[in-house]
Amino acid sequence: MSHSLTATDVGTTSPTDSDPGAPPQGASPGPPPPRARKHLPTRIFQAWQLYVLLAPALIYLVVFKYWPMYGAQIAFRDYNPVDGFFWSPWVGLDHFVAFVTSFQFERLVANTLTINTVGLLVAFPVPIILALIVNQLPSERFKRMTQTILYAPSFISVVVIVGMIHLLFSPSSGMVNHAISLLGGEPIFFMGTPEWFRPLYIGSDIWQNAGFSMIIYLAALTAIDPSLHEAARMDGANRFQRIRHIDIPGILPVITILFIFAVGNIFNLGFEKVYLMQTDLNLPTSEVINTYVYKTGLQNAQFSYSAAIGLFNSVLNLLLLLTFNWVAKKANQSSLW
Amino acid sequence: MNMSSTLSPAKNSPRREPFHRRMADPLFGVVTYGLIAVAIVLIVYPLYFIVIASISDPSLVQQGKVVLFPRGITFDGYLTIFGTSTIVRGFANSVLYTVVGTALSVTMILTGAYALSRKDMPGRNLFMILFVITMFFDGGMIARYLVVKELGMLNTMWAVVLPGAVGVWNLIIARTFLQQNLSPELREAAQLDGASDFRFFFGIAIPLSKPLIVLMVMIHLVANWNAFFDAMIYLNDESKYPLQLILRNVLIQSQASASGMDMASMDSTAAAQKMGELLKYSMIVVSTIPLLIAFPFLQRHFIKGATLGALKS
Repeated sequence: MSHSLTATDVGTTSPTDSDPGAPPQGASPGPPPPRARKHLPTRIFQAWQLYVLLAPALIYLVVFKYWPMYGAQIAFRDYNPVDGFFWSPWVGLDHFVAFVTSFQFERLVANTLTINTVGLLVAFPVPIILALIVNQLPSERFKRMTQTILYAPSFISVVVIVGMIHLLFSPSSGMVNHAISLLGGEPIFFMGTPEWFRPLYIGSDIWQNAGFSMIIYLAALTAIDPSLHEAARMDGANRFQRIRHIDIPGILPVITILFIFAVGNIFNLGFEKVYLMQTDLNLPTSEVINTYVYKTGLQNAQFSYSAAIGLFNSVLNLLLLLTFNWVAKKANQSSLW
Repeated sequence: MNMSSTLSPAKNSPRREPFHRRMADPLFGVVTYGLIAVAIVLIVYPLYFIVIASISDPSLVQQGKVVLFPRGITFDGYLTIFGTSTIVRGFANSVLYTVVGTALSVTMILTGAYALSRKDMPGRNLFMILFVITMFFDGGMIARYLVVKELGMLNTMWAVVLPGAVGVWNLIIARTFLQQNLSPELREAAQLDGASDFRFFFGIAIPLSKPLIVLMVMIHLVANWNAFFDAMIYLNDESKYPLQLILRNVLIQSQASASGMDMASMDSTAAAQKMGELLKYSMIVVSTIPLLIAFPFLQRHFIKGATLGALKS
């Protein structure tokens, strides 16, 4: 059906076109169809089926992404359900000022930054090191087996991971404390001690995710030209030297991109897990901006105030991402865009 | 391997390499295998311990006497789980949400990604930008909650399966795949034969994209099965809770009795506590088993997805 329309349209809109593009006749085996020469309305009309295919995802995008983005303006208003996003009274920056001057502010920002930057710095190199090591394994089978075992934990849910931490690190019955007492130490109440929150959080993060991140680096490593290694071996380079001078430079672009992404997410990552790992006792280190947004916003129904905090968080996040992308661009020409 | 034989004549040459150079490779081998062994034990042992603890006498586990093998074998944990209606219903809810959520996500991603993969669709770049923007800007948890509320979806399955249905990252992976695997020549040939875009998508693109579809289904099965946060925010009726939310109550909040567990038969709190621990170990196993069974099958596709997403887009 669309094809007959096409032919007539082309005929009327571009009379100079001797060979109508879409060939319903089947008798025009001519060179590439002259799509580019058609008028925009024609091309849009021809593509209607594509728009139908795009529609569900696009509607989703508008409803669940752009509508909330529009709704984020309640950060500058005093939201009430009757007046809705747009008609609720305007209060400007009041909520932001209230947050920045609140006694919570410093602790929340400090906790968020600490857990994420320390987490990034400690956890980021682990999958790279793992990949470099696993890549050295001579046997393909052993390599694959190691890979499989190392990233099995990435299939486990956050809830189960945190449940496992509670069980294994329990002060009275946990495996870890049994080991500590066996070695003559005093049992530690891990989940009830603020100082232990970060090590547990970061450690379990590495345990769960390092194996999966490793796969990306391994894939990048296999893309390195093997002749480089052979040449280096001929010249007598040992494995350390080959890793340093071939492997690491070879995967540096991937490292940079993943690092920028990780930095861009510094305020966002793992908020679900932080929330799950919170106990009343470890709150001094475990309360971060996003958990606070959840508690004030959805548990105490202070929608506007918490939306302002969330917005503050997102803006910081974006600034960080842009800054690091800019730095990376300056430094070695590989960036996100 | 081949290289070492090529190098071997060098050993006979009069000039010997310095000691640290000659030892570097063997030392490296030891360090390599050592580190890998440590990593494997660190990953495997906790998982293995959970499994043996779930079938061992809880008092022996609490005293730290279960280390390498299960002792005082009991299946009470599992029997209790399958006799507890909250957990069984949670399991059923999870299956429902996972199936519906995965079907919705995969459909929207495939159709959307196909349209976006067509370079001849007017406005393609604009649409792509609209999608990518949402990777960096986000309305936030509160505004999203209010929208879901506005839509009347609170406390329904739709609130669990819809708000996170289309991940832009997955959309990009799918679009990249479709662009690489469906040549414009193929489509032009089909058009010459009179196939419309619908015909081409359903009759040619979909059958040619099986690896992509499998990958997308896997990603969403795992993500939906493991999700708990949206359910926690949007659902308040306990009979609608997915398994992960019930797990959270049992494992983390230790509200075993509050969430409908039948504790009446326990004669003392100590016994209840022991039973509780046993239950926790067993629940971890039960909730993770569907994925572990699927794991050998899943992993190949996940590797593909991880590398496709990071390296090619």
